[in-house]
Amino acid sequence: MYVSVKGGEAAIDNAHRLLADRRRGDRSVPALTLDQIAEQLVLGVDRVMSEGSLYDRRLAALAIKQARGDLIEAIFLVRAYRTTLPRFGFAEPVDTGAMLVERRISACYKDLPGGQLLGPTFDYTHRLLDEALDGDPEVEPGETREGATEPVSRIADILGGEGLIEEEISGNDEPDDINQTPLEFPLSRAMRLQSLARGDEGFLLALGYSTQRGYARSHPFAGEIRIGEVEVEVFMPELGFAVPVGRVQLTECQMVNQFKGSAKVPPQFTRGYGLVFGQSERKAMAMALCDRALRAGELGEDIVAPAQDQEFVISHCDNVQATGFVEHLKLPHHVDFQAELGLVRTMRTQFEQAESAMENKEAAE
Amino acid sequence: MIAAAAKIENLDRSSEALPLLSVRSLTRTYGTRIGCADVSFDIWPGEVLAIVGESGSGKTTLLNCISTRLEPTSGTISYRMRDGEMRDLYQLGEAERRHLLRTDWGFVHQNPADGLRMTVSAGANVGERLMAVGQRHYGRLRATATDWLGRVEIDAGRIDDQPRAFSGGMRQRLQIARNLVTAPRLVFMDEPTGGLDVSVQARLLDLLRGLVNDLGLAVIIVTHDLAVARLLSHRMLVMKDGRVVEHGLTDRLLDDPQAPYTQLLVSSILQV
Amino acid sequence: MTARTQASSYNFAYLDEQTKRMIRRAILKAIAIPGYQVPFASREMPMPYGWGTGGVQVTAAILGPDDVLKVIDQGADDTTNAVSIRKFFERVADVETTTRTVDATIIQTRHRIPETPLREGQVLVYQVPIPEPLRFLEPRETETRKMHALEEYGLMHVKLYEDIARNGHIATTYAYPVKVEGRYVMDPSPTPKFDNPKMHMSEALQLFGAGREKRIYALPPHTEVVSLDFEDHPFEVQRFDKPCALCGGGQVYLDEVVLDDRGGRMFVCSDTDHCESRRAEGLRGELLGEVAQ
Repeated sequence: MYVSVKGGEAAIDNAHRLLADRRRGDRSVPALTLDQIAEQLVLGVDRVMSEGSLYDRRLAALAIKQARGDLIEAIFLVRAYRTTLPRFGFAEPVDTGAMLVERRISACYKDLPGGQLLGPTFDYTHRLLDEALDGDPEVEPGETREGATEPVSRIADILGGEGLIEEEISGNDEPDDINQTPLEFPLSRAMRLQSLARGDEGFLLALGYSTQRGYARSHPFAGEIRIGEVEVEVFMPELGFAVPVGRVQLTECQMVNQFKGSAKVPPQFTRGYGLVFGQSERKAMAMALCDRALRAGELGEDIVAPAQDQEFVISHCDNVQATGFVEHLKLPHHVDFQAELGLVRTMRTQFEQAESAMENKEAAE
Repeated sequence: MIAAAAKIENLDRSSEALPLLSVRSLTRTYGTRIGCADVSFDIWPGEVLAIVGESGSGKTTLLNCISTRLEPTSGTISYRMRDGEMRDLYQLGEAERRHLLRTDWGFVHQNPADGLRMTVSAGANVGERLMAVGQRHYGRLRATATDWLGRVEIDAGRIDDQPRAFSGGMRQRLQIARNLVTAPRLVFMDEPTGGLDVSVQARLLDLLRGLVNDLGLAVIIVTHDLAVARLLSHRMLVMKDGRVVEHGLTDRLLDDPQAPYTQLLVSSILQV
Repeated sequence: MTARTQASSYNFAYLDEQTKRMIRRAILKAIAIPGYQVPFASREMPMPYGWGTGGVQVTAAILGPDDVLKVIDQGADDTTNAVSIRKFFERVADVETTTRTVDATIIQTRHRIPETPLREGQVLVYQVPIPEPLRFLEPRETETRKMHALEEYGLMHVKLYEDIARNGHIATTYAYPVKVEGRYVMDPSPTPKFDNPKMHMSEALQLFGAGREKRIYALPPHTEVVSLDFEDHPFEVQRFDKPCALCGGGQVYLDEVVLDDRGGRMFVCSDTDHCESRRAEGLRGELLGEVAQ
């Protein structure tokens, strides 16, 4: 007898109830609090803020909890929330030169004004599992520098003083905004950087890595990586000046790359730029490598590798888009499949007819 | 030189008031390096012009500039459109330029894979230009494709095979058929016999000469091979270091080269 | 009521008014240039890309409080994704919904066009995964846009030519390309080619939204829509040997339902509303006829 194969509302509701149940898990284990996630899984929170394009630690923590720790799902939740928010205005460009740095390193110089500051890093740790963390051992407070610190000038400014690195032209035009402007290739660098900033860490990491392995080699040096808080200011027309509205933690990476020069430009270093919310060096560095690779056209380099191809990189770097389209294959496609079924049957019939005609002919001979 | 006599007869320059293509002071630089510099020449309908020189002499840069594949640094290239009007090629709109490329012009690449669709059948390769200009009758497209395969000596039974399954010589002949199917007036050829065996080259040259004569095509052919130039062309441009060092009728130029460099080229061939 | 309260922190139909205006501008441009893909700054939606975000954005932008919404997927109102999208709009817009084609003012669809002819004043919103009909012939957007601009559609016919050369007939069964008003070649979204003739000169406005690919295109009412073909191999739609086993309807698209693992099959209307309406009129197919006896 015919039983409807089509799912209904009840099935969806039940599936979602089961999901909620599984998300909570064993009820005898205390539920995670958002504070716990925001304090102890902070790098996950940072990634969700960064690729979710929304600086809100509480919402990111909530999203991680709701997504059962699936960060791409959490990013998706944050984006879907963010998209409904009306825009009140634009912040002034943040000044990363005035950053209160917690970590700042340069691979180009042994020492430099402001010093090398390691900060809270996994670098130089031995990756040994620490069984003590199974409990809640006493942790000593961290050692930090005392007093007012001298300004920590950016490496690009140091190299720029000698004219050794290209100048970034800061036009007065308002940069394009990927939320408001349709993506049309070729993209401005501003559009590319915005897309990369919310691009998938894993995808950009692999592409950045590919440039190091010879697919568009750019001879990069980690000119500087800095992590810390910057002030966000908004210009108030009523007051006639900008007022601070809060602070955000950022990771900035300035990659310094070789460049032979061209007919018009003397040999000098060029830059790849990475900037992300929170603490995420891996993402900022990968972004900087990709940014530099994507400038191939502008710098007159041959476009030969995937990382240099802006249509390829930008069209595929968004994990919310990618996961949606890959997973949409789960949706029913039976109407189209029916059309293909009919076609395959017709073609098989024709094939069999042709074969039997051949056999008859042979038999007749 | 019977061939040469026949070639000259075919030229009917007197009836044409204007050249088909006119190049003036064409220069293309790459940074400070010269690709080609200050090149001027005209080509008339039905005329075959060979651009010869060794690799690095600028002949491919010149060909790419003329065929609108590479923007020149300075100079002009004008072309007599089918309505008789001379137009600066780099002032054409993209639509006009592309229309020219797929109807009135042909481009035969050295590597057939650059000029063919390797994953569609030979028939579709030949038919594509016709479909692009609006032919919508499958049977007629197929008949035209079959006819053209015959003219370039490809067995009609191979019409549904992809060029991937073809030999180098067959691919090159297919590329020629694909270009000629819309009856172009001007065909660019970049070392069309390069990379082929000597015996295959000879057959291809023979075929090309026949087609060019029958169809009255104007051809600009880039080659480093003086034998190819001698066999196909009416006139020659000899290039060295991006500049034209000698320009004249092929037979005159090969029999009595004036420029020292041309003398060197010709003598080096004759010694072999 | 609880659902409405829960969603009260969102604007009517989810999107903020600024975003809706941006989408409406794209829709107006699309209507003005039938078949042309208008880029728009597609937003994230609370359902995944590839699951109808384009259609949902279009619907959200045109939906008013008085509209009556119908959502179908594979022709049916009760498929999971259709249920999910319908619930979404019930929740964020509190609009009336229906499963009846004739009662709806807006119909959002994935993969089908209703069997009941649409009338003036109705809007059909298609969910589109890949809006570019040339995409699988030419992967580059910069190139395909140029091809559209210059009407360079030879390659499309190359594909159809290859189909005939290989199979003796055109082997494209769905997402079958069409030419709109003699100008733009357009992807009708992955509807079976059975539905292509319904787009031609439709009285309804047809809007196509591709969220991930950030494109909107449209067919205004009474637009000429011609399926690509050759003069000697004209376009043909699928035909089914039997009528619907439930309502006995012919000339409709049928779903194949597997009854057992011994090859038992039955064919029923893909358009559930069409099937139910016919049965409500007392029409019976083979299977129900037997049951009644």
